[in-house]
Amino acid sequence: MTLRLRGVSYRHAGGQAALHDIDLQVARGERVAIIGPSGAGKTTLLRLLASHLRPADGHLELLGEAPWRLPAAARQKLRGRVGLVHQAPPLPARQRVVTAVLAGRLGQWSLPRSLLSLVYPLDAAGARQVLARLDLQDKLYQRCDQLSGGQLQRVGIARVLYQAPELILADEPVSAMDPVLAAHSLEVLADEARRRGATLLASLHAVELALAHFPRIVGVRDGRVLFDKAAGQVRPAELQALYANEQLGTRPPASTPAMRVVHSPRC
Amino acid sequence: MLTPAAPLRDPAALPRLLLTMVAVALLWPGVSLSELDLGVLFDGRNAEPMGSFLSAFWPPAHAEDFLALLLQATLETLAIATAGLSLALLVALPAALLASRALSLSAVSRGGRPHWLANAVRWPVRALLIVLRSVPEIVWALLFVRAAGLGPTAGVLAIAITYAGMLGKVYAEIFESVDPGPARALLGAGATRLQAFAYGVLPQAAGEMLSYTVYRWECAIRASVVMGFVGAGGLGQQMDLSMRMFAGGEVASMLLTFLALVLLADLLSRLLRGRYA
Repeated sequence: MTLRLRGVSYRHAGGQAALHDIDLQVARGERVAIIGPSGAGKTTLLRLLASHLRPADGHLELLGEAPWRLPAAARQKLRGRVGLVHQAPPLPARQRVVTAVLAGRLGQWSLPRSLLSLVYPLDAAGARQVLARLDLQDKLYQRCDQLSGGQLQRVGIARVLYQAPELILADEPVSAMDPVLAAHSLEVLADEARRRGATLLASLHAVELALAHFPRIVGVRDGRVLFDKAAGQVRPAELQALYANEQLGTRPPASTPAMRVVHSPRC
Repeated sequence: MLTPAAPLRDPAALPRLLLTMVAVALLWPGVSLSELDLGVLFDGRNAEPMGSFLSAFWPPAHAEDFLALLLQATLETLAIATAGLSLALLVALPAALLASRALSLSAVSRGGRPHWLANAVRWPVRALLIVLRSVPEIVWALLFVRAAGLGPTAGVLAIAITYAGMLGKVYAEIFESVDPGPARALLGAGATRLQAFAYGVLPQAAGEMLSYTVYRWECAIRASVVMGFVGAGGLGQQMDLSMRMFAGGEVASMLLTFLALVLLADLLSRLLRGRYA
């Protein structure tokens, strides 16, 4: 079992609750999409699973270990086995793409090796290989501030591919890409998970993408799991309930996520 | 006119007037406490010796043996500043890493706020940096001239100690002022703190660090000159001698050398910043 959550809750620093009583089990090799309206807690859930946030209550098991019962050094080691694709990949503006991608394996590299690689990229071939899968190999030696939002998102994905983690978490990984590129990038992630037997969890705004690329769908709303079922069994009424918005009045649910404003990530 | 006419009197005028009056009220005690009296400059008896001292500035001394001496003193000044700053960096970099909150591992899971215990550990390092830079370099120089004797050693040590405090504090603040996102993402992906620093903070901070360090090098050159007056070698010691002998031409040559050195530091800073910032 890759992930086991029992009664997990999380409260933000201000005290307002973000997640209530989440129960979730994900087996090794599963591919799961997390969908839900903005502010439902999808990002918080993923950061919790990446052990970036500590749950307020409940039991969290990650790759067979309880991260918050481990000493700090062991937790860092565990974090190295989990890769998180950020919606707006936090990359230094002046860093070159090759360095940003190679940074994926810092958890496995020794300090002298990482410092040396900062001066001269030690595995440029490896970085080029993962970038090639996302059609970005020509950007290998460009600086991050010369890339568009969608290209940056692909660099973020390439970093996690290079990290080769046992659990891949992706927070809106394709929100700044055009539909063709988005589908391709999700396919690359799914393919990577299939090939290495890794587990993949991705939050997505676009319901069609989730249904097309993931066998299992988890609907999250107001910090709770609304449904958790196979993609083929998700009914339109459930999507309607998931995205219903009293303030904005009733709208056709399928178009709401598709009309979302594209976020352009910072470099 | 669709909108009612705004009153003609600037609503910001009164606050500005009050602010000016407060500034004057605060500055006046400073002027009177420091006994600033510009009148002495124009008093005939004082202006005469000053004028004759200044008139001796022209022409600047350019005898061959003096120029050789000047070159040697200049090189010594540069050596004092560079060696002092290098020693300071050895202390400042580790201290800045320890004092900065930018690399806090506990902050990753606490919304950017480090654990109070981790913060408490940073305080002794901050206190050390404060002690190092609170004593002026000239005082350290006087101390070391007594310990190590007349000569450049005292100047190097004095600069190393004071500048370690300044560089350490400013570096730590530069690390904290850059976007913490990249370093936190790396820490969250299993990197160690030094790795997260090298890949997440350094690329953002390098330009500013470089420019501040070159500026401090320029300051170290000036400081080493001042310390020369108390016997810590370099151009300052030569200048002290020339002033005592009322050799205005020699003083003028040395001042021109300073100008060239500061210009050099400025060019170097621009060159490095153009390349790395």
